[in-house]
Amino acid sequence: MQILSQILFVAISAVAIWLFSKRAGQIRRNILLGKDEDFSNEPGKRWKNVLLLAFGQKKMFRNPTVAIMHFVLYAGFIIINLEVLEIVLDGALGTHRLFAAPLGGLYSFLINSFEFLAVGVVLFCIVFLVRRNVLKIKRFLSNDLNGWPRSDANYILITEIVLMGLFLTLNATDTLLQERGYGHYAEHPTGSFYFSSMLHPIFAGLSSEALVMIERVAWWAHIIGIFAFLNYLPYSKHLHILLAFPNAYYTRLEPQGKMKNMPEVQNEVLYAMQPELAPTDAAPPAHFGAKDVFELSWRNLMDAYSCTECGRCTSACPANQTGKLLSPRKIMMATRDRLEDVGKNINQNGSFVADGKTLLHDYISVEELRACTTCNACVEECPVSISPLEIITELRRSLIMEESNAPQEWNGMFSNTENNFAPWKFSPDDRDKWVAEMAS
Amino acid sequence: MTVRTMADMMAQGETPEILFWVGCAGSFDQRAQKITKAFATILNKVGVSYAILGKEEACTGDPVRRAGNEFMFQMMAYQNIQILNGYGIKKIVTTCPHCFNTLKNEYPELGGHYEVIHHTTFLQQLIDEGKVKLKEGGSFKGKKITYHDSCYLGRANDIYEAPRKVLEALDAELVEMKRCRTKGLCCGAGGAQMFKEDEPGNKRINIERTEEALEVQPQVIAAACPFCNTMMTDGVKNKEKENDIEVLDVAEMIAASLAD
Repeated sequence: MQILSQILFVAISAVAIWLFSKRAGQIRRNILLGKDEDFSNEPGKRWKNVLLLAFGQKKMFRNPTVAIMHFVLYAGFIIINLEVLEIVLDGALGTHRLFAAPLGGLYSFLINSFEFLAVGVVLFCIVFLVRRNVLKIKRFLSNDLNGWPRSDANYILITEIVLMGLFLTLNATDTLLQERGYGHYAEHPTGSFYFSSMLHPIFAGLSSEALVMIERVAWWAHIIGIFAFLNYLPYSKHLHILLAFPNAYYTRLEPQGKMKNMPEVQNEVLYAMQPELAPTDAAPPAHFGAKDVFELSWRNLMDAYSCTECGRCTSACPANQTGKLLSPRKIMMATRDRLEDVGKNINQNGSFVADGKTLLHDYISVEELRACTTCNACVEECPVSISPLEIITELRRSLIMEESNAPQEWNGMFSNTENNFAPWKFSPDDRDKWVAEMAS
Repeated sequence: MTVRTMADMMAQGETPEILFWVGCAGSFDQRAQKITKAFATILNKVGVSYAILGKEEACTGDPVRRAGNEFMFQMMAYQNIQILNGYGIKKIVTTCPHCFNTLKNEYPELGGHYEVIHHTTFLQQLIDEGKVKLKEGGSFKGKKITYHDSCYLGRANDIYEAPRKVLEALDAELVEMKRCRTKGLCCGAGGAQMFKEDEPGNKRINIERTEEALEVQPQVIAAACPFCNTMMTDGVKNKEKENDIEVLDVAEMIAASLAD
């Protein structure tokens, strides 16, 4: 019987890990569909960003109350997972509370701290559920989240509450059985834990056999729940708990105002001005800007998978706040949706088969792109260093340079700039007229 | 009072310390010209050795680039860099945050390497060094002033304190809007929005920002960007407050407060 349960445990773990790595591989493949971009400079600064932005969640602390609650969830997630190590070893080796004897008093301290965090997680998950579903917080009410994204957020919070509840239940029943000196539970004395012992009155009336049953069910449900969560992650907005770290490392280090250069256009202009520099075999660029995910940088695509749809960007966006269609969060969600569709297409066909759709137009509309003031508020707000702005400007480049799709006023501005060297229709001769006015 | 051009100075065999990059708004827009003149007045008063490019200056290409027209941007950048490098320019000061951002961040990889300073930083340096002397009890003393952060100065380039330091030198009462510094709300002009109608929505961005400024009941809304200035001026007019509230550039306020 014991060996059967060990085999079952190892089999479940293997399947869970295999499924997760398969999916992780697909996501990696999808991200790498983007154009190459080099981030090998200044590793020191980059590691500092990982510490500050990912581990330290620096940007979250722009709103300290939410940041503290989020930090407890995050710490709970990371630290309680240390307990998963014991659970996995127990499951595979057929042991029970493997670390209890060697760690002694420290073990009790550790489990007590995990329980403390678990209670914090339950509490703040409830607060977050209330924030999302009861309080009228604008960024959670937004139409961006209609349908799956809103449910996704709730599923995660509910799952976390259930997992923490199972963790406390298995501790409560285990320690109660220890008190009763029942079976092998008595052989691994840990003493009661502060929070789970509060649940003892609930279970006190039950028979020891029933308690064993509850303890085992909670133990299995807890670990299977964790494996299920692991495999749910890559389909969910919750992937940010993993991708926040690489995203922090690959944070853009230049001033936010700098737009990405297009060396291919720079060279075209250079060769036009100085034809003697033009190589004879210069091939014209294949495309200008981005019409689809393939023409964005891999960094933009990782951004899309890292986005947790919190909406801080959108609530800071001046266009969105004044009722325009643009929502930077929706830009990121649309990019991920497109990338996922492309990924499914590749899974089905072996390689991408044109589906008559593109990120520009089919997922992100011209009206959204046109509303952006490039103010960088979205970039500044993002806790995980996403730049919706870079995607917007890359798509704008495609609109103008590939499709000549510009509002009439912009076409006027282009020709003024070309002919009068200013965006307005003034004579270049009048550029220093103010000097004469000053002199008089 | 004279403002000399680079061409003129070169012809005389002189090299100015800095180039004053005026920008298109500062050159052509009637409201922004006043900022240009105010800044030139300060430079002349302090005796800074400077020149302008005059008719040789051209748009940096900021709005066309943000609209998506990279070809046009590269053409403007090429022309400007040829001229700037031709004169051997080393240091540039500009009153426009958009020109500032492009010259400082986007020209280097195209071959244009200069030390670029925004005029608010430059003014702060002049005040710190004691070169700009202000009147005792100037016209802004005790006035309630709120400073509107320009996106291209603030979030784009992390300059939040210099304009505020300059305003503090005026002995005014600085009050902050709810959204300021890194959270500052855009005036609505960036990203080439200045040159087109708004997309459909329920409000103009400059109205939203002006309403926020009015909440702190300022006598002056201080700006450090000619485009923000236009947007906020329009907003104040829209609210029919132009008789109570002035929208002024930091340079105009300093120029009006210079000691004799």
